[in-house]
Amino acid sequence: MRAGLINFMAGFLKNMISVLEVKNLTMNFGGLCAIDSLDLDVAQGEIVTLIGPNGAGKTTFFNCITGIYNPARGDIFVSSPWNKDKIKKQERINGLKPNHITEKGLARTFQNIRLFSNMTVLENVMIGRHCRTSSGIAGAVFRNRSTVKEEKEVVEYSYNILEKIGLSSFVNEFAKNLPYGAQRRLEIARAMATEPFLLLLDEPAAGMNLQETRELAELIMRIRDREHISILLIEHDMKFVMSISDRIFVMDYGRKIAQGTPAEIRKNPVVIKAYLGDEISA
Amino acid sequence: MIKAQEIKKSFFVSIWFMFLTFPIMVIRVNPIEKLIEWRWKNLALIGIGSFLLSFVWRYLLKQKEAGRKKAEACGVDNISLGRKLIEDSGFYIPALIAAAVFALVFPFIFSLYQINIMVTALMYVVLGLGLNIVVGLAGLLDLGYVAFYAVGAYSYALLNYHFGLGFWTVLPIGAVAGFIFGIILGFPVLRLRGDYLAIVTLGFGEIIRLVLENWNEFSFGPSGIANISRPGFFGIQFSLQGAIIYLYFLMIAFTLFTIFIVNRLQNSRIGRAWIALREDEIACQAMGIDKTKTKLTAFALGATWAGMIGVIFAAKTTFVNPASFTFMESAMILSIVVLGGMGSIIGVIIGAFALILTPEYLRAFSDYRMLIFGAIMVIMMVFRPQGIITNARRTYKFHGRIS
Repeated sequence: MRAGLINFMAGFLKNMISVLEVKNLTMNFGGLCAIDSLDLDVAQGEIVTLIGPNGAGKTTFFNCITGIYNPARGDIFVSSPWNKDKIKKQERINGLKPNHITEKGLARTFQNIRLFSNMTVLENVMIGRHCRTSSGIAGAVFRNRSTVKEEKEVVEYSYNILEKIGLSSFVNEFAKNLPYGAQRRLEIARAMATEPFLLLLDEPAAGMNLQETRELAELIMRIRDREHISILLIEHDMKFVMSISDRIFVMDYGRKIAQGTPAEIRKNPVVIKAYLGDEISA
Repeated sequence: MIKAQEIKKSFFVSIWFMFLTFPIMVIRVNPIEKLIEWRWKNLALIGIGSFLLSFVWRYLLKQKEAGRKKAEACGVDNISLGRKLIEDSGFYIPALIAAAVFALVFPFIFSLYQINIMVTALMYVVLGLGLNIVVGLAGLLDLGYVAFYAVGAYSYALLNYHFGLGFWTVLPIGAVAGFIFGIILGFPVLRLRGDYLAIVTLGFGEIIRLVLENWNEFSFGPSGIANISRPGFFGIQFSLQGAIIYLYFLMIAFTLFTIFIVNRLQNSRIGRAWIALREDEIACQAMGIDKTKTKLTAFALGATWAGMIGVIFAAKTTFVNPASFTFMESAMILSIVVLGGMGSIIGVIIGAFALILTPEYLRAFSDYRMLIFGAIMVIMMVFRPQGIITNARRTYKFHGRIS
């Protein structure tokens, strides 16, 4: 009786705080099963990492969640922790367009940097505010008071984010002129401007040197702790992954082969086998 | 060393040219006297000419290459002409005043012919600015822009013919017609991009023209519609000269209006979204911008301007027929945008004047007109593919905190 109650409570709490829940997700490209019945969940305030060898389907998984691909089967539920009415409301986001998913509160970065290179750093972040603002053609032409106010707020908000990310010194530079590490961080800043509750980072540390990686880890922790944004990321740099993740999911050939805390994953023979091949485990 | 290599390359080019042109430039058969003339002088001239041209061409290319390397080495973009133009108030204020004064006195010191050309040029300025929204800002290659121009022109012609509606009534109707046609075309085609979009819009442009040409009951076919009334001015009747001058000032006002609107649009939330869409479609969507809606807005707004200019065109020429709306027109307007510099207002204005006025004033060399035109286009695309004025977009600057 008591155990049942505790179980119920635990389940309830878990449901309360899970911002992303993926159940049985499957994605096919022709005959190739890129993702095979994958389950994954991210709790509020968690940093979850998805790792796996090249071609395991990690980026495809991201593309499914963010609406670039429409998954063949399975469900993706999100629930905003900032929902005003406090009633847990899970929403299924399968098949929604990417822009609607962003409006729901999921924002992503890309593996190969996709900044708007001929726009300034500030403008890049301002684009992120697009879905949270509303002025239209008439507002643009007549530039009435509410439009001017909105523009001011957009600039202010964007600059605040740049300050938090540590890019305020580049504010008026063109994005293409930024150093590599700063471009990666600008992508994060741009994603944060959409006011997400879950940030999806696709290999944020790729190509960064040790110093930059360390700073990035600090930045991601800071985003989680101060902005209360949950984070799901894909990364290959194991030192980085082990140092910041709360939980790790391991994928290989489209399947989840393991999940757990960094310490568990490090010892998991299946993971070691997937990464290093059969000989080691033999 | 490099020089010697260049000379060698140019030398081979000239040899090759001499060989290629040998049959037509050197040999001449005189069938009457059964003689073959060998014009060796021509061969020498071609050799020297092609050698010099090739050498100059290579030299310029090298210069361009060196310039780019230097810019890369410095790690900064050198400030472009366009940026200088819009940011240096010491330069642009006097320039603007001079342009305004010139525009004001222009119709009183030049002949009717000159005013007519100027009105045409201004119309292309506005068309260019309209297409600039679609091509330059939103990055959608539209080869059927003239279709919307035709829609505007025919809406005035037909409404005037059947119902006697005046210019000022039809101007907004033309705008709305352009807008609606923009949306009708936009819905199915905007899921395409790049080349595919270009081909579909090209087809649409041709469809509109062919419908107008063949649907006699509706559009009077190739013979067109004549005797369209000129724009009225509170019921005053103008002489021909007066009407043209009136039209000129109307176009000046309309151009200013367009510049104002386009400028405001591009410095707005929507304009930013267009530019972002041009830069990277996928990232744009992932940042929460509705791709379809944004593209459709750009497409429909561009079409609106074409519709309005169509009405003005019909009022100016007092005659419309489908021959005015061929693909050449679309190509011309697109050239204006590309030559002037995509996305830059001042660039498009300069491009329009260059492309419309140059052929007019080159009528003296009318045989070589298109040759010169083509040469200019080729040279532009090789040495300044980004257009005359580049990157003249006013970027958002952060000037400190707003409290």
